[in-house]
Amino acid sequence: MDFLRRLLGREPSSREVAKERLQFVLIYDRTGLSPGVLDTLREEIVAVLSRHIDIDRDGIDLSVTQEGRQTKLIANIPLRSRRP
Amino acid sequence: MPGTVITVTSGKGGVGKTTVTANVGAALAMLGHSVVVIDADIGLRNLDLVMGLENRIVYDIVDVVEGRCRLRQALVRDKHVAELHLLPAAQTRDKTAVSPRQMAEVCDALRPHFDYILVDSPAGIEQGFQNAIAGADRVIVVTTPEVSAVHDADRIIGLLEAAERGPIHLVLNRIKLDMVRRGDMLTVDDVLHILAVELIGIIPEDEQIIVTTNRGTPIALNPNSATGRAFHDIARRVRGEHVPMTSLRDRGFLERLFGFMRSS
Repeated sequence: MDFLRRLLGREPSSREVAKERLQFVLIYDRTGLSPGVLDTLREEIVAVLSRHIDIDRDGIDLSVTQEGRQTKLIANIPLRSRRP
Repeated sequence: MPGTVITVTSGKGGVGKTTVTANVGAALAMLGHSVVVIDADIGLRNLDLVMGLENRIVYDIVDVVEGRCRLRQALVRDKHVAELHLLPAAQTRDKTAVSPRQMAEVCDALRPHFDYILVDSPAGIEQGFQNAIAGADRVIVVTTPEVSAVHDADRIIGLLEAAERGPIHLVLNRIKLDMVRRGDMLTVDDVLHILAVELIGIIPEDEQIIVTTNRGTPIALNPNSATGRAFHDIARRVRGEHVPMTSLRDRGFLERLFGFMRSS
């Protein structure tokens, strides 16, 4: 949606705003996950993983998505390749 | 076969629970089923008024559970449709006058005598709601395409899932085509994506709902109007028929409603 908005260079419609706001508030309603908790999770995941593997901290993407009525936490963690 | 108890609920007030109960009840009865609609909104009774039966009430559901009359005596026969009956709420009591267990017993007592028992839930998530779902075999959640109504519908669906009540079906009420077209209203697909429950009907915004409610003659009594037909379609889906969502006369109406989602 964001990409489309930039592409078209226009204000989002009230329908798009409503949908995004609802999806945001429902993640918290359904799971109790707040943006603050997500930040804490990110830091702790990084700390644990870093003890074992070399990860690209800047490339970490932690997001919450909805699949049906199931909410999923998706972590995308790029690993640094080993240089000779 | 014992009847099916279907509770109509929403969380938020004013989204059309009572209108949906009255009209789907009338449509089911017009299809030849025996139907009773129960007003579970004790203290704020309105289902009788929407159906035009306010002058015929003798006893109410509180009289039944407190033993002042037999269940049969409290049932009001509809004046338009044979086989449609109303069990009114009490107006001068509150939600605590009936317990969830008593409501379930009333539903059980009605099951052998009616094909469908529709329970009109009060707004909210407190005891009135708990009463309304106590006997439910199925639930219809009514919402409108507004953030507050969808937000509350999600909460209700979560509570129904926790209480293991269902299946849950969604009625999306008061869709305004011109606003959807302008990108100023959530589309059918938006709401379905967010709530992730099965759709059982779409009702367009229609001034005639107010006009027919003013007269106490539900719009479903006129199945030739687009909105009346939308309620009949819901009734047919309730009894298991496959009725495509595009069966409204203005085919383009629904295609545009759904289609807007895909354009973004």
